[in-house]
Amino acid sequence: MEHHLTTPIPPEDLKKIKIGDTVYLSGTVVTARDEAHLKALEMHEKGEKPPVDFEGIGLFHCGPVMKKDENDKWTVVAAGPTTSARMEIFQDEFIKTFHPGCIIGKGGMGLRTTNACQEEICIYGYFTGGAALLAADRIKEVKDVFWLEDLGMPECLWVYEVENFGPLTVTIDTHGGNLTEDSKKNIEAKKVEILKEL
Amino acid sequence: MKDIAQVIEDTAAHLLKIAATELPTKVKETLLKSEKETEGALGKSQLHAINENVNIAETQSKPMCQDTGLVAFFVKIGDKFPLRSEVKTALVKATKRATQDTPLRPNAVDMFEGNTKNNVGIRGYVPWFYFDLVEGDKCEIIAMPKGGGSSNVGKMKMIPPGKGIKGVKEFVVEALAAAGPLGCPPYTVGVGVGGGEDMCMNLAKKALLRPLFEYHKDENIAQIEKELLKILNKLEIGAMGLGEGPSVLDVHMEFAARHPASLPVGVVISCWALRHAGATIDKDGNIDWHPH
Repeated sequence: MEHHLTTPIPPEDLKKIKIGDTVYLSGTVVTARDEAHLKALEMHEKGEKPPVDFEGIGLFHCGPVMKKDENDKWTVVAAGPTTSARMEIFQDEFIKTFHPGCIIGKGGMGLRTTNACQEEICIYGYFTGGAALLAADRIKEVKDVFWLEDLGMPECLWVYEVENFGPLTVTIDTHGGNLTEDSKKNIEAKKVEILKEL
Repeated sequence: MKDIAQVIEDTAAHLLKIAATELPTKVKETLLKSEKETEGALGKSQLHAINENVNIAETQSKPMCQDTGLVAFFVKIGDKFPLRSEVKTALVKATKRATQDTPLRPNAVDMFEGNTKNNVGIRGYVPWFYFDLVEGDKCEIIAMPKGGGSSNVGKMKMIPPGKGIKGVKEFVVEALAAAGPLGCPPYTVGVGVGGGEDMCMNLAKKALLRPLFEYHKDENIAQIEKELLKILNKLEIGAMGLGEGPSVLDVHMEFAARHPASLPVGVVISCWALRHAGATIDKDGNIDWHPH
């Protein structure tokens, strides 16, 4: 099934989505990799607020290539997803603290994130790995940037306005489903069969 | 008289741009064919996104992936070609220039000094060179940038020689099952057998340069390549690891003699973006661009 979502995504819209469905997202998407996750959580611990309200928006595991145009305005050159597995160690805490609506990345995530998505109503959308120009094409405006000086271009928070950002294949839904884990189990089973037949 | 070093630098910088922005024709065709033939909607949509992205890269002359890879050059220098070590100097300069001009993402990270920002290592090893000395008066250059995601799933094993070819096949199956969805499939697989613990990986990487569906001249090896292609697709990794569409586009192998006590096997895996581009320069500086 195909879903067109707009941020902030209402939880009742997220509950209708199942693994294997396709999502196109419009509205606000913010990039965050390892360091941005850590920094946001550290700020929260100190009782401070990060500069972006993550509630209901798209959280994009991405370290983009950006450049300034002739009018000194930031533009996106390439913005494909990075491997999400690195964020597994703190993604659940991030979801519980900031309640994003849709995590976007590649390669899938594990059990901790799956549980947090079920408890806090969030989904994980798999963007085609390497499709950096397709992603850039769907980003309509660079609205803001935070922590650029501190964390550098790939690790800082880029705030994008996107239109029909996708296709995102939902591999973690709000019902405890995890498509990449299912796929990995199948690959393991097939491996055993193949080795027997060799 | 042309400045041959300058010709090499200009050519290599352009080869890096071609590699980053245009897939070799056979790879492009195979990905399009895969999209058509894939029945499941999940796999089809992943392949459609890949193909749409490849098309944007080529028409806008932009890198197809934000990971423009770690740069390597395969170079064959003819006995009568006028330059030797200057070829290396020109290729280093070309790498720095392509980083600015294409642009390539700066991907050379020094463990102590951080990112060098120009894709050239400060300790002299990156870009990586595979030099070969050949007869004639020409110099062949192939640029091969390789992304980190698929390099991370490469594997090497010294298997007991008693396991023979069956052991080689087993290890290749295990390596691909472990790679699963991690390195942006559908993959192209290079396998190197023999040589030594270092040589087998070099051979595996070199095997990726052979055009898709062009099998080894030795019929015995060609048979194993085709068998592995069939077997590996039974793993059902699928496009982006979601279980639908091809897992592997092709398998190429290179063999070297081995030590009696060793059977080294190297597996080098490329993501869907199998990127390389080549040209041959003659002693007068005329450039023959290889079909891409």
